[in-house]
Amino acid sequence: MAQQKSETVFAPWDDPDQKPIIQFKSVTKRFGSFTAIDNIDLDIFEREFFALLGPSGCGKTTLMRMLAGFETPTEGTILLEGKDIAKVPPNKRAVNMMFQSYALFPHLTVYDNIAFGLKRSDMPKSEIAGRVEEMLTLVKLNKFAARKPHQISGGQRQRVALARSLAKAPKLLLLDEPLGALDKKLRQETQFELMDIQEKTGTTFVIVTHDQEEAMTVASRVAVMDEGKLVQVATPAQIYETPNSVYVADFIGEVKIIEGTATPLGDDRYEIQWAEGQPAIRAACSTPLTAGSRVFYAIRPEKVAITAERPKDAANAVKGRILDIAYLGNISTYHVELPDGQSIKAQTANNRRLARRSFTWEDTVWLSWTDTAGVVLTS
Amino acid sequence: MNRRFSWFNATSLTLGFAFLYIPIVILVIYSFNESKLVTVWAGFSTKWYGELIKNEAFLDAAKVTIQVAILSSTFATVLGTMAAYVMVRGGRFMGRTLFTGMIYAPLVMPEVITGLSLLLLFISIGLDRGVTTIVLAHTTFSLCYVSVVVSSRLVSFDRSIEEAALDLGCTPFDAFRSVTLPIIAPAVISGWLLAFTLSLDDLVIASFTSGPSSTTLPIKIFSAVRLGVSPEINALSTIMISIVTVGVITASLISKRSITRRRDEEQKADQ
Amino acid sequence: MNIRRLFLIAVPYLWLGALFLVPFIIVLKISLSDAAISIPPYTPTLDFSGGWEALKQFFSKLDIENYVFLTEDDLYWKAYASSLKIAIISTLATLVVGFPIAYGMARASDEWRPTLMMLVILPFWTSFLIRVYAWIGILSTEGFLNQFLMWIGVINEPLSIMNTELAVYIGIVYTYLPFMVLPIYSTLEKMDASLLEAAEDLGCTRTSSFWLVTIPLSRPGMIAGCFLVFIPALGEFVIPSLLGGSQTLMIGKVLWEEFFNNRDWPVASSVAVILLLLLVIPIILFQRNEEKNKELEL
Repeated sequence: MAQQKSETVFAPWDDPDQKPIIQFKSVTKRFGSFTAIDNIDLDIFEREFFALLGPSGCGKTTLMRMLAGFETPTEGTILLEGKDIAKVPPNKRAVNMMFQSYALFPHLTVYDNIAFGLKRSDMPKSEIAGRVEEMLTLVKLNKFAARKPHQISGGQRQRVALARSLAKAPKLLLLDEPLGALDKKLRQETQFELMDIQEKTGTTFVIVTHDQEEAMTVASRVAVMDEGKLVQVATPAQIYETPNSVYVADFIGEVKIIEGTATPLGDDRYEIQWAEGQPAIRAACSTPLTAGSRVFYAIRPEKVAITAERPKDAANAVKGRILDIAYLGNISTYHVELPDGQSIKAQTANNRRLARRSFTWEDTVWLSWTDTAGVVLTS
Repeated sequence: MNRRFSWFNATSLTLGFAFLYIPIVILVIYSFNESKLVTVWAGFSTKWYGELIKNEAFLDAAKVTIQVAILSSTFATVLGTMAAYVMVRGGRFMGRTLFTGMIYAPLVMPEVITGLSLLLLFISIGLDRGVTTIVLAHTTFSLCYVSVVVSSRLVSFDRSIEEAALDLGCTPFDAFRSVTLPIIAPAVISGWLLAFTLSLDDLVIASFTSGPSSTTLPIKIFSAVRLGVSPEINALSTIMISIVTVGVITASLISKRSITRRRDEEQKADQ
Repeated sequence: MNIRRLFLIAVPYLWLGALFLVPFIIVLKISLSDAAISIPPYTPTLDFSGGWEALKQFFSKLDIENYVFLTEDDLYWKAYASSLKIAIISTLATLVVGFPIAYGMARASDEWRPTLMMLVILPFWTSFLIRVYAWIGILSTEGFLNQFLMWIGVINEPLSIMNTELAVYIGIVYTYLPFMVLPIYSTLEKMDASLLEAAEDLGCTRTSSFWLVTIPLSRPGMIAGCFLVFIPALGEFVIPSLLGGSQTLMIGKVLWEEFFNNRDWPVASSVAVILLLLLVIPIILFQRNEEKNKELEL
């Protein structure tokens, strides 16, 4: 990814001098009485790989279709390089879209599909062939130029769709669930290919997906959406490590949410009372909380250690009984039941062979984690 | 595609349906005309319906037609369903290509040729022309339509359902009766209806294969119409059109209701 | 092979063999016989009682005389040619009328579509004869069309449409319109709406995306519709005899008259055989088209 390779970290959203390529200004979209997009403000920067993530019906596709020009905002404005694009029809926008169904023209060959947009631009005829070849090389499909879409595999079709939408060198490329139709293994390979192509072409990508792993893998920033609103917009690491709400924490990865009341200990430290007969959880939180306020404590399984004895210096430790073990090859997840009936998951990496695994069903174990392992959330 | 419905689409649909329905509407309106002249309106009257009921020849022809239609469509449905089953599930057998050819060929055969060839057959085997010969002729060409309708249903349904029945201990015949037949029943019924209307409608083949004692309604109408428009024929047409319209609308409402009910039930089950 | 399966195959097989294949062979045979004033009115007749010798004699008497006659007599040439011409023109006219209807249906909202579909199919269930008959009252000299046109003042003298080829075109377009609309509608309806969006996204205007995407993709439906109209139109009998009058020559009508009025069975049979040969080519082409469609859907 860009931020790993370049010397300075790629983070234009933190730089007040950077001008965003796309700006949503209080955009609302209603279909009849249904509000699909609810007063959204969002900046997307050049060369970003931006992911819109959310469950179906959260408005992410509507947001994308407004960028492509297939929907117009009911209220607010969308700016592309500072210009309002409300009046620009889809065929005049420097924005191209890769459709979820790929929407390849079944009556045209791979070559003609890729050339389709170029033939309708002001590119001279003599240059079109070269550009198509270039795109075919980019997606490694030179051998298949003469085939029709039904004569190539699903993964190849996906690449044709990508090449076709990139051929006109758009300022912004929209990808609507681009990998949804591929099987898991192919999807993972293609994710890296997409990132590679994004970097090579320097195009700004906006991807819509409901697959959180995909969003985390490819994106420079992720916007988590719910019911037409942006819940959190941040880098994948921020989204995962410091979600701003229970919704985000729960949507991304596995998490245990514990409800309780906070008591300040000073120095941004709190104690959380959460169950009768259980020691209070010690946690750090930078936002000030008043004593007795209701909080949600989110803890992820991989942050929880599992041991036979109580660890001496752990900030938090609870005793429980192993209910279930899910062996996933690289990792194992232990479902541990606490005396009050709640269960917490702990994950360990299987860096030893199976035979030496130390715990089994019904074992009594200790779960422990540090005071910075979990996140305290108020909503 | 709904989003882009425009005034152009609205106009073409309006004009198109006007073209399809205006002639029929005029026909129906003028069946209630007082005057003998069919193109001049002279006041409302139902007298031509009265005349029609008194016309023995038409009534006889109608009886023959309905008799032929019921018999031939029933035979055609049985034979056509068998043929469809053989085509879709029959596997390989000698002369399969010829069999499929004989199913599809009558669909594209001009009626004059079908009629002519059947007549020549009946003459050469010395079969007297009458209701029997018309029934034989109608059964033959409508069985092909039935088998096309039924086989398309057979193709679309999941073969593993039949296999499950066999797996659970059905004989092939049991499996057909208790699993396949209920599933293809809608197609069999619409096949029967199609065969029935084809038979009601047929002029050319009936003309070749009917005898003097077995004139069907279309033959009667055709010979009357050749002499020009008559209000009696308008009245008769109106009756036939009303029956068909009521039939088709009822059938489509029933099927629509069962589809909606099914969808509702599925939605409920999902919750 | 078990008895049930044999029964299942044999019954429809024998039925079609006896009532479709055999009659057709008889037509072929009679087309090679000579007309005679007898019952049945042709010779030779097949008589198995005479044994092998009689059979040999029977075959020696068959000849292609009737076919030679067909090529010599103008009437038949003209009838075949004019049938072809009428079938082609009316097929194209049906396409022009049918496409916008199918297109409008495909664009209509989901609630409307089943109703529109039913409205297209409904005339198909009503008697063909009645629908043709309805046009007599409209097209005749004192008919509704002339009354209407004179009333709005477009014409002063009634047009003579009835008993011309134009009336036959109108009749064919009218009766076979559903055959054209339904296959086109089904290809348009299946079309992925995102293809049009993709075309626009890549720079097409609405009009150019119609010509570059919608038309090529609905071509299989248009071809299917054309065949479904052309094939029955070529052998049509009812429409030319009710609307076309005596000047309109169509081969179905000629065959009918040859058979019922002239009682020349051998010539009628050979007219039928040639008509079938004429139909074989479009039917084979039609099947190719259907197979290609199936391939595209995979």
